[in-house]
Formats: sequence, C-alpha cells, structure tokens
Amino acid sequence: MTAPLLEIRDLHLTMRSFHGEAHVLNGVELTVERGQIWGLVGESGCGKSLTGLSISRLVSTPPGRYPSGSIRLEGQELTALPPRAMQALRGKRIGMIFQDPTTNLNPTARIGTQLVDVALAAAAHDPRVLGRDRAPGPFARKAAARKVAVEMLARVGIPDPEARMLSYPHEFSGGMRQRVLIAMALIGRPELLIADEPTTALDVSVQAQILKLLKGMVSDHDIGVILITHNLGVVSETCTHVAVMYAGNVVERGPVGEVLGRPRHPYTRALMAAIPTRGTARGALKGLEGTVPDLVRPPPGCRFAPRCARATADCAAGLPAMRAAGAGHEVACLHPIEEPADA
Amino acid sequence: MPDPILQIETVSKVYPGRAGLFGRSAPVEALKGVSLSVGRGESFGLVGESGSGKTTLTRSILRLESPTSGRILFEGQDMATISPAAMRALRARIQIVFQDPYASLNPRMTIQQIICEPMVVHRATLGLSAAQRRDRAAELLTLVGLGPQHLSRHPHEFSGGQRQRIGIARALAPKPDLLLLDEPTSALDVSVQAQVLNLLIELQDRLGLTYFFISHDLAVVRYLCDRVALIHRGTLVEEGPTEAIFEAPASDYARGLIAAAPEIRLPA
Repeated sequence: MTAPLLEIRDLHLTMRSFHGEAHVLNGVELTVERGQIWGLVGESGCGKSLTGLSISRLVSTPPGRYPSGSIRLEGQELTALPPRAMQALRGKRIGMIFQDPTTNLNPTARIGTQLVDVALAAAAHDPRVLGRDRAPGPFARKAAARKVAVEMLARVGIPDPEARMLSYPHEFSGGMRQRVLIAMALIGRPELLIADEPTTALDVSVQAQILKLLKGMVSDHDIGVILITHNLGVVSETCTHVAVMYAGNVVERGPVGEVLGRPRHPYTRALMAAIPTRGTARGALKGLEGTVPDLVRPPPGCRFAPRCARATADCAAGLPAMRAAGAGHEVACLHPIEEPADA
Repeated sequence: MPDPILQIETVSKVYPGRAGLFGRSAPVEALKGVSLSVGRGESFGLVGESGSGKTTLTRSILRLESPTSGRILFEGQDMATISPAAMRALRARIQIVFQDPYASLNPRMTIQQIICEPMVVHRATLGLSAAQRRDRAAELLTLVGLGPQHLSRHPHEFSGGQRQRIGIARALAPKPDLLLLDEPTSALDVSVQAQVLNLLIELQDRLGLTYFFISHDLAVVRYLCDRVALIHRGTLVEEGPTEAIFEAPASDYARGLIAAAPEIRLPA
C-alpha cells in the first residue's frame, strides 16, 4: 500500500502567551488521500487554521513550539525538513488559499506580474511547471511563465485572461480576486491544497462558483484538499469527508454524509443544532452555552466535558480515544449519541 | 398587514461621478425607485449581495444619506420635511445594531458609558437624570443576558457574542420602536449566532419592537423574518412573506440566490 497524500499523527502545538503556554493543538490526527476534500470545522479558536498553517509550517516558532507529532506528505516527514527544503514544498507541492483575497494580493503590481512571479518561483524548483523538462534561458522562461499564468487565469474562469493580466487587483471584484489567488495556488500544480475559509468574505452566488471550481480541480488533477470553514452547509455540498475540531482535537471524523447524517459526538450535534435550516421554527434554534475552554489550563480529559450535557465523572479521567462509529466514521467520546439526528 | 411604521416610496439615490484627471466618472445609481413598507411589530428582512444598495437604503432610513428622489415616511411623517427638533426626537426611535461588535464599541469607554451615551444624546427626549440613566443601563444589561456587575468593565473583557449583546443594549437605550439590524450575527460563531438570534426574538416578543434586518445570510433571514425583500443592483426584485419567497420564488434572481446558498443535505 502506498503512503497517503497527507498523514498527521498526534500533532501537538503550544503557543507562548502572556498567561502561560497554551496547548492549542492537542494530538491532531488526520489522513487525506488524493481525490478527497476534507472539511475542517469547529468554532473560532479550535485550531482549524493552526492545523492548516502547521502543514505548510507557517506557524512561527517561537511563540509556537511543537513538542511532538508527525506530518507526512506521501511518506516524507515534513517536521524534520530544513527550512530551505520546506520553502521548496510551499507553493509547489502544498498550495494555500487564505480568507481575504484583498490583503493577499499586492495592490501595486499587475495581476500578471504577480502570477508570473509565482510561476517563476515554482519553476526554480521544478522546471516542468513551465511545461519544459529543463530550465530554458531567462527570456524563454519568462515567456513560458506568462503563458502558464494566462492558462491558469482562463482555467479559474476569468474572462479575457490575456487582457486581465494587465489589470491591478483593485480593478477586480472580490470573487475575481479569490479566483486569482486560487490560480496562484494552482500554478505550482500542488498535490495538496489548503483552503482557509476561501469563501467567507464572498457573496453566496460567487461562493457557489468558487466551490464548484475547487471541486473541479480535485477531479481534474487528482489532488487532495483541506477546506477550513465554519459553514456546515459548505461542507455538506463540497466536501467528501469532514473532521470536527474542538479545542485542539479532532473529536469526530468520517465521510460527510455519515458524520452529518449520524453525528455521534455531542459537540457535532450541538454545532448542527445551532444552524438554522429550512425546517427550523422561530425561536427553536439551540445555541451552545459556554465558550471554548482556556487552553493555558485546559480541562482534564475530554476538553468538551464542561459544556457537555452527557458528561460524567470518567470524562475528566483522560482524553477519550478515537473509536469506530460506522463506515469510516470515528468519534472520540465516551458517551456518543446513538439516536438519529432528528430525535 | 398591521399599520406601517416605515414606508419607503420610490426612493432613488444617485451618487455623482467623481471628478478626476480625465474628466468625471459616470454617476452611480445606488437605488432605483425602491418602494417597500414595514408593519409595526414585524421582522422585515432585506437581502442583497454586496453592491446591491442595501447599505445605501439603510443609511437613507437613518437619514445619514438623503435620497435623490422619493420619500421615506416614519409613522406617516416625511423625514425630509419635518422640523430639525422633531427629527432629533425621531432619531431616538430609530436605532441600529452594527455588524462588527469588535469595531462598534469604543475600547476606551466603560460599558456604562457606552450604553448611556445615546441616553445622554437624547436627554431632551427621554428626560432621564444621570442616576436614572445608570439604572436603565443596568436594567438593559440584565435584559440582554448580562448584568449590572459588567457596567464598569471595558469592551475588551467581553467575547464577540457578549459585545453584540452590549451593542443591542445600547441600541435599546433610547427606547426605539424600530431597530435596524445590519448583519448583527455575521461576525459571530454559529453557536453564538444562535444565542443572539434567540435574544432578538425574545426582545421583540417582550418589547414589541419592529426589526429591519439586513443580511446576506438566507438561512438567518428565513429563521428570523416574517417578510423579506430582495434587492439587486438598486432595484427591489421580490418582496413578500418569507415562506412564500423561499418556497416559490417568482424571479430568476431569487431562484438563483436561494439555490446558491449552501445547505446541509443529508442522505435519505
């Protein structure tokens, strides 16, 4: 059996703060295969973004510190990689898209210039990005990079890409800027794409286009995607799998229909009860009481126990282990909910 | 429909083009003859994407912007023609809750100062002494699920959801009839959003408020609003009872928008 595209094992991350060292990732485990879109969901401060940033090692250390854990990209251990080798992976094998398309583009440079720069940087590590086996001369290289940039703009659905290469970011709408960022992330032909809330700042119709584009990329190029979001509707319509995070742990994971159709963890259930859907009667929405725990002094055992109606004394004894709860469906809870979601 | 508290009659707003080095840019028609009516005590939802004109319409209702043509009536009075004194009194009765609870509370002020500020501004209308204002601030905090012990704190000591509760308490301070809610939950986590939405429902039932709820989140609008209007490129596309619009949208735009909103679909 070949190694999975991405394998995160027992990843711990602590962050130094004024109040002490916060244990922000507490043994995250996640496996992503090619062709899969994993939704990473949870409240703010649950470690979704830090998991994404840890994969491409964009968490600065200090204040961050990784006491233990392993992140493997097709079997290659990333945590031990020297910075230069990691730099070569970023934008090449691992692509990233962030939430705010406005602040991630240089307002003083043309779209084309920015895309060509990315293509040239990616080609420095792998000339095949420009469609050549070996590095050509500087002029030919630039022309090839330009060609790749135009192709990529066309592929993400920017009309008249040749002319749009000369535009500046302010001439683009939010949706078009996000497409440019996706194009930028895809230029290096990544095998793994990490998208951190890529559509949160966008209108629903634009969001639908971007998510469709993302799905198309997965089926066309056989890549793996981690989609960080807080919108379970987006997960339901876009993802193949979902991992629910709470206070630095993955508490439930599995195929999207399985997890959202038969949520077993009380936290997953509570998150779903907090979202209005077509059948929700006025006043029937259930908020989740309490807040995410203080991670400098986290509660012992299951970190969700203080907010959980099903918690018993043994929940504080130790972190509950992941156990099977259905086809590919796993839950880390001592008292998982057995009844179907509508009960 | 109950008697209208707010009537918007063929309101248009044109922003003149900006003068630049190479002449004047084309004027922007932000609102094109928008008419709608909000009944007393109802929750009215205004849905639109960015650039649709919903902010211009909101600012026009608050009279931060004056329409190029058309009228906006509050309880049958044209807000453009009433005397400045009457307008000042009227402003107390239309309040707004802002989108971002992190940006809309002054970090240097205590919660008491924040909630009392509108009561100070409208002291001529409300006629409350400093002691009475303090008592009312404490009362309002309790009403939104916080307490008098929070009066001397500062905004940074509160979570996003608590800050939005403070924003709601501030808006309720001058005893408004109409509350404009400008995406009040879009900056909050879903778990907190549910609490704030339920608080809004509870307050409406207790105080008989009228809500003008501005949002692009269709699920939230569907949950909270009795009637809904869709605005697109400055034109009102569709208006009617919420369930009717969501179940049987008449326009292509409404159908597209509703179809584009992501929903949790469960396997049968």
